[in-house]
Amino acid sequence: MAREKIPAKSFWKLNRDLVMTWAGLCALLAITCTLAYVPMGRGNLPVSLVIAAIKAALVGAIFMRLSDHNALNRLAASVGPIWIFIMFVLMGSDYFTR
Amino acid sequence: MSDSAYLRPPWKNLERQHQAVTLGIWAFLGSEVLLFAGLFAGYSVYRGLHPAGFLAAGRETSIVFGTVNTAILMTSSLTMAMAGRTAKARLFHAARILLFATFALGLLFLVLKGFEYREDIHKHLIPGPGFPISVEGAALFFSFYWVMTGIHATHVTGGLVAVLRLIVTSRNDTAWLAGSGSQEATALYWHLVDMIWIILYPLLYLAGRTHG
Repeated sequence: MAREKIPAKSFWKLNRDLVMTWAGLCALLAITCTLAYVPMGRGNLPVSLVIAAIKAALVGAIFMRLSDHNALNRLAASVGPIWIFIMFVLMGSDYFTR
Repeated sequence: MSDSAYLRPPWKNLERQHQAVTLGIWAFLGSEVLLFAGLFAGYSVYRGLHPAGFLAAGRETSIVFGTVNTAILMTSSLTMAMAGRTAKARLFHAARILLFATFALGLLFLVLKGFEYREDIHKHLIPGPGFPISVEGAALFFSFYWVMTGIHATHVTGGLVAVLRLIVTSRNDTAWLAGSGSQEATALYWHLVDMIWIILYPLLYLAGRTHG
């Protein structure tokens, strides 16, 4: 099969949003790594987890194309986070209120 | 070869087949998420019970290896997403190069993880006799560290096998990448493995950095 040729400009246009997302993820990685050395008392863990959640959401929305999937797939994808939420609420209501 | 050549029973058209593949893989990923969620829950409870031990142990992990490996895995996710996009645009040669890059980055992740493990073993950071941190709960942190990173590395290895399958199978039939749905299923799995590492990173590598 003849190898297809694609101008660099078209290749960039095709993948621009993916590369921008990756750049955002790298920036967030640098931010979270730096903030880990900034004394915030009990705030360090929540801040790092919020940044991790934003990064995970970016991977889900852009790289995994969740917004392009049909409603059934989005429902299946949301099952994991929903059960985790329920598990942590039930577990937290015991351990973290003692 | 026409894409319809990749249609398998019982589906009547490729669109339905792709919908079934993605729904199936999302259901599988849901079970994977819950596997790790149990570990996250255990980690949260024990960190709540032994905060000092978890912070003392957390600062002993290698932040350099952890951060570089996070960047590597995120980059592999980028190349995997780009491979899917270019395959859809029927630029199959470019898609295969991107799959090679994904495989190389995944392999690099495992190699660096191996070097990190060697450093950890050298520092005796294994719970049991001779464990060097005396603060209560520190050994528990490292139990989670070994189990979580070990299970994750197993998943990366499984992902590498799946990526290799894409590379090998598409060698003589590049259009298979767009027609079969295998590329999309593998990509979704690979991104989830990346996503889990993104959550593991602050738990295992960023704890306790402001102390000592």
